[in-house]
Amino acid sequence: MSTHSTRLASRLMVAPSVLVLFVWMAVPLAMTLYFSFRFYRLLTPDRSGWVGINHYKWFLNAPEFWLAMGNTLALVGGVLLITVVLGTLIALLIDQPVKGQGALRILVIAPFFVMPPVAASIWENLFMHPQNGLFAALAQGLGMQPILFLEQYPMSSVIGITAWEWLPFATLILLTAMQSLSSEQLEAAEMDGASSFARFRYIILPHLTRAITVVILIETIFLLGIFGEIYTTTQGGPGSASTTLPYMIYKQAIIAKDIGRAAAGGIIAVILANIVAYFLMRGLGRNLDA
Amino acid sequence: MARAISPQRKWLTTIAAWIVAIVIFFPVLWMVITSFKTEASAVAMPPQLFTASWTTENYADVWARSDYPRFFMNSVIIAVGSTLLGLAIAIPSAWAMAFVPGKRTKDLLMWMLSTKMMPAVAVMIPLVLAFQALGLFDTRIGLVLALMLMNLPIIIWMLYTYFKEIPAEILEAARMDGAGLWNEIVYVLTPMAIPGIASTMLLNVILAWNEAFWTITLTTTKAAPLSAFIASFSAPQGLFYAKLSAASTMAILPILILGWFSQKQLVRGLTFGAVK
Repeated sequence: MSTHSTRLASRLMVAPSVLVLFVWMAVPLAMTLYFSFRFYRLLTPDRSGWVGINHYKWFLNAPEFWLAMGNTLALVGGVLLITVVLGTLIALLIDQPVKGQGALRILVIAPFFVMPPVAASIWENLFMHPQNGLFAALAQGLGMQPILFLEQYPMSSVIGITAWEWLPFATLILLTAMQSLSSEQLEAAEMDGASSFARFRYIILPHLTRAITVVILIETIFLLGIFGEIYTTTQGGPGSASTTLPYMIYKQAIIAKDIGRAAAGGIIAVILANIVAYFLMRGLGRNLDA
Repeated sequence: MARAISPQRKWLTTIAAWIVAIVIFFPVLWMVITSFKTEASAVAMPPQLFTASWTTENYADVWARSDYPRFFMNSVIIAVGSTLLGLAIAIPSAWAMAFVPGKRTKDLLMWMLSTKMMPAVAVMIPLVLAFQALGLFDTRIGLVLALMLMNLPIIIWMLYTYFKEIPAEILEAARMDGAGLWNEIVYVLTPMAIPGIASTMLLNVILAWNEAFWTITLTTTKAAPLSAFIASFSAPQGLFYAKLSAASTMAILPILILGWFSQKQLVRGLTFGAVK
C-alpha cells in the first residue's frame, strides 16, 4: 500500500508534529546552552561576559549536586518500586470476584485526579503536620511522639506522596493486563496442582511484563521532572536533604538568581535525562512492540 | 473469571479490597470532610468527626476572597484548547505512522517521547524570556500552546497504538472504492477510532488540568488557572486548614466528576492505549 504518493503524504502528515516538537525542544535548549557559558545574574545586571566552563565546574563540584543526584535517583527508583509492587498486589486483589468492583475502581483512581500542589498540601497539612496532622493524632493515641515527617524524613515523605499520586496509574494498567489473561490457563494450572505462588510466578507475572514496562516508561518520564511536590512541602530542605536535580536548578535560578549557573545545571540535567532515556528506550523498546 | 470460589473467600477478598480502596481514597475524603468544618474544629486534637461543628462558610469565604470563576474558565480553556489543538496536529501524524510506517517510525516515536524527559526547570528561564518576547506570557493562547507541546508526544503515542488496532484491509477496501486520502481519514478511519480518540482526549484534558509547573511559571494573573489558584492558598500554618481544604476541593472537583462519569473511556485512556 505504500505507493510513492502515500509515502510523500505520510511524510507531510508527520512533519508538523516533528517540527513543532523540535522547535519546542531546540530553541530553549540553545538558549540554555548559551546562558550556561555567560555571566548572567539578575542581581548584578550590569556585569556580563563569557565565563567558559566555570558554571559547569561549580555545579559538578558542589556537594549539593551529588546529594541531589542521589535524591533524584531515590525518588524515581522509590516511586517505581512502590507503585509496581503495591500496584500488582492491589490489582491481584481487585481482579478477584469482589462485590462492587466498579465503585472500588472509582475510589482507587481518585488520586490521579488530584493536582500535585493539592496532593502535596493535603498530605503536608492534614496528615504529616506534627501538631495538627492526622498522623500526629494517631501517634499520640498510641502514646508515641509525633513523627516529624518533613523534617526528619523529607525524602521518604516526598516519595510517599508521589507514590500515592502514581499508584492508581500502575494499578489500573496492571489490572487491565490481568483481566486479559485467560482464566482457562489459570484453571488448568490449578487443576495440575500449581500453588497460588507458582501460578503468579509462572503465568501471571510473565503476562504482565508489557504492562510493567509501560508503567516504568511513563512514570519515569513524569518522575524525572517532579517539582511541585517538593516545592509545596519541603522546599528542598531541611538544608538540601530533599533537593533533587530539578529543584537544585530551580534554587539557582529563582533564589540565587544566577541564570548562568542554573543554565549549566539545566544542560547537565538534559544530558543525564538523555542517558536515562537512551537506556530506557533501548531496554524497554523491545517489550513495547505496539 | 468463572472459577468456583467459596462464599467465605469471596467475602474476605471483598472486605480486603474495600479496605485497600478506602485507604487509597481516604486523603481525598478527609480533605472534603475538613472543608466543611469550622477552622477551630479542623485543627482540633484529637481530630473531630462526629463531634465536629459543620459549616459551608469556607466555600463562601474562598469564593469571596478570590475570583474562582476566572481561574476555572482559564483551566477549562487551557485544558480543552491544548487537547483539541494537540489532537488536530497528532491525528494525521499518528495515522501516517500507523499505516505507512517507515524504517525510522519507531525511533521517531521514541524520540518524541524522550523530549518529555527534558526537565522543565532546566529550560524555564529561556522559555519565560521567549514567551515574554513573543507576547505569549500570561496569555491563554500561550498556555494552550505550551501544554499542547508538552502533551503532544503522549497524544501521538496513544493515537498511534489505537490506530494500529484498526485492520489495514478496511482502509484498502475504502481505497478500492475510490476514497481519497482525506476522505479515508475523515469517513473511514476517524469513526472507527472515536473510542481511542475519546480516551486520548479525556486523559490529556486531565493531564493538562493537573499541570502545575508551566501553568504557574508562565502566568501571573490574567491567564492563571486553578493550579495557580491553589498555590495562592498554600502555607496555612495550621490556621486555615478548612479554607485550604475548601479551595482544594473546588480545584479538583470538576475533574474528579468528569473522570468518574467517563470512567470506562478513562480506564482505557489511563493505560495509554498500550495494554489490552
